[in-house]
Amino acid sequence: MTDTNTTIMDKATERMVHATPMSLARRVRGLSDRAIAWLFIAPTILLLLAINIFPLIWAVRLSFTNYRANRPNAVVEGVGLTNYQRVLNDPDIWIAMQTTAHFVFWTIILQTLIGFSLAYLIDRKFKGHAFWTTVILIPMMLSPAVVGNFWRFLYQPQIGLFNYIVSYATGVPPSSFEMLGAVSLAPWSIIIVDTWMWTPYVMLICLAGLRSIPDYIYEAAEVDRASAWRQFWSITIPMALPFIMLAVLFRGIENFKMFDMVMLLTGGGPGSTTEVASITLKREAFESWRTGRASSFAIILFVAVFGLANIYVKALNKVKQR
Amino acid sequence: MSNATTAHSVVEPSSTSKRIAGFIVILYAVITMVPLAWIFLTSIKSPPDSISYPPKIVFQPTLEGYCNLFTTRTRQTPEYIQSLGPPTSTCDEITRSRNMVIAGPSNYWPRFTNSMVIAFGSTFLAVFLGTLAAYGFSRFRVPLADDLLFFILSTRMMPPIAVAIPIYLMYRELGLSDTALGMILLYTAVNVSLAVWLLKGFIDEIPREYEEAAMIDGYTRLQAFRKVVLPQATTGIAATAIFCLIFAWNEYAFAVLLTSGTAQTAPPFIPTIIGEGGMDWPAVAAGTTIFLVPILVFTILLRKQLLRGITFGAVRK
Repeated sequence: MTDTNTTIMDKATERMVHATPMSLARRVRGLSDRAIAWLFIAPTILLLLAINIFPLIWAVRLSFTNYRANRPNAVVEGVGLTNYQRVLNDPDIWIAMQTTAHFVFWTIILQTLIGFSLAYLIDRKFKGHAFWTTVILIPMMLSPAVVGNFWRFLYQPQIGLFNYIVSYATGVPPSSFEMLGAVSLAPWSIIIVDTWMWTPYVMLICLAGLRSIPDYIYEAAEVDRASAWRQFWSITIPMALPFIMLAVLFRGIENFKMFDMVMLLTGGGPGSTTEVASITLKREAFESWRTGRASSFAIILFVAVFGLANIYVKALNKVKQR
Repeated sequence: MSNATTAHSVVEPSSTSKRIAGFIVILYAVITMVPLAWIFLTSIKSPPDSISYPPKIVFQPTLEGYCNLFTTRTRQTPEYIQSLGPPTSTCDEITRSRNMVIAGPSNYWPRFTNSMVIAFGSTFLAVFLGTLAAYGFSRFRVPLADDLLFFILSTRMMPPIAVAIPIYLMYRELGLSDTALGMILLYTAVNVSLAVWLLKGFIDEIPREYEEAAMIDGYTRLQAFRKVVLPQATTGIAATAIFCLIFAWNEYAFAVLLTSGTAQTAPPFIPTIIGEGGMDWPAVAAGTTIFLVPILVFTILLRKQLLRGITFGAVRK
């Protein structure tokens, strides 16, 4: 008796459940988790395929031709690997790579030294450190192009503030040197602005590294009477190293492809003393209009960045916090 | 408890070392602010004051830079200017005192508007797509998830000029050159990688139990996503949106190569502001100041999330 009753009740409940709009919704929109996963991820992947990967494949194809974008109706011929051979044997491109390397090297050295030192000092947790940290972070959030453009004014020989301050500090007349116009100074004018702008970036990541070191390690070192010097080299540096590496790698990738700030400050000049890889590429592609050849150079740069990005992601996973 | 405090005091820096550290950091912060302060000061100088030697720190502030930024002017004879009625605005008066009359609006405001449309449009799309994808990666077992995530991030690392060559050709074919839509799609593609990585971190932090409980209560997966996960992820979504906004706002390389007129944004426009006989530095400074102020505000709002944003969500505190 009770048995049949329960079954009837069950059936009624089931019917009621089926009659509610909720169950209708579930049938229409009750997609399987697998379907939802793909439905959610697919638009992003499709967008990236359309805006990044498809053009990239196009660039690879162009890199094997003599196509010129300013002559869309000219006959396009396949030239095999000629473009790659020419790019790799072009002394100008190697000079541009050297300029890039010089720029990347010095910006990383300066930013790491200053950035880490600042982080170390901020980690002393003096009064008001949070406020001053925010102030220090401001330059890195600004547009490199717009700010770089204004630095051109600061670097003016006679009227610029930079020259005035240097002259005030050293006694050299302010019009005796041109930061942007002199072959020996122009690379440094860019390194200075880049360091001004991106030291906060390195500082912020180093600070995270320093704060990730648990106090008890220092306490143990104190108990063992390790000197402050010793603590710094055998605790602080090794434990913050993954973070320092992360910052260095990212700055390396970003500065390897540096374009906007250089373009606005010197435009690659004087002559081609500050012509970094991206500027050369821009000239080949959008001034000489050798699209095929520029594409092969672009692919070479892309492969280099892709390799660095791979290392970067490994570094990211290393410092990842759960 | 008291034991812990004593133990901590062992590594607490001494007050002298704190004071020295504070002094150096504050000195650095002040030096680093000088160029920005100079931008603002230049924006309220008159053109002769802006190029005086030695550089002037004390001067008569004027709105001339801002007037010149928003207008185009033509030179006129003093007789002609006298024949005009009384000046209609402060800018009119300043312009006349330089023997010029306002000829019309400059291109700054349209370029600024373009920047806003493109930045907000691409941010909205990137955050929308990024939230969905991040949820997908966070909650479901996606085959090759790590490879897909690496692929997504690597697209952001590409050198912009290398990407711009084929994009330029593709947009020319599709009629997207120099259009706001083209720039919105491009910036969305660049930003979506950051959005996915950042938001995945934020969504990973929301306990799965919340959704599971909601689903036991009869919610479908989609309803649980909308009514449980999204409200929990608001802070993360807002922070991500600001990061996307700042990128699109500041971007120069794509903008200068792919836009020239109607869709040009402010960064490629500001360096082209010139006056009579060379750069009009007060106007450039005024344009720069107006352009930088929103970012300054956002940086202060974001300060707690900055670290997360610049490491693609890997480092949280």
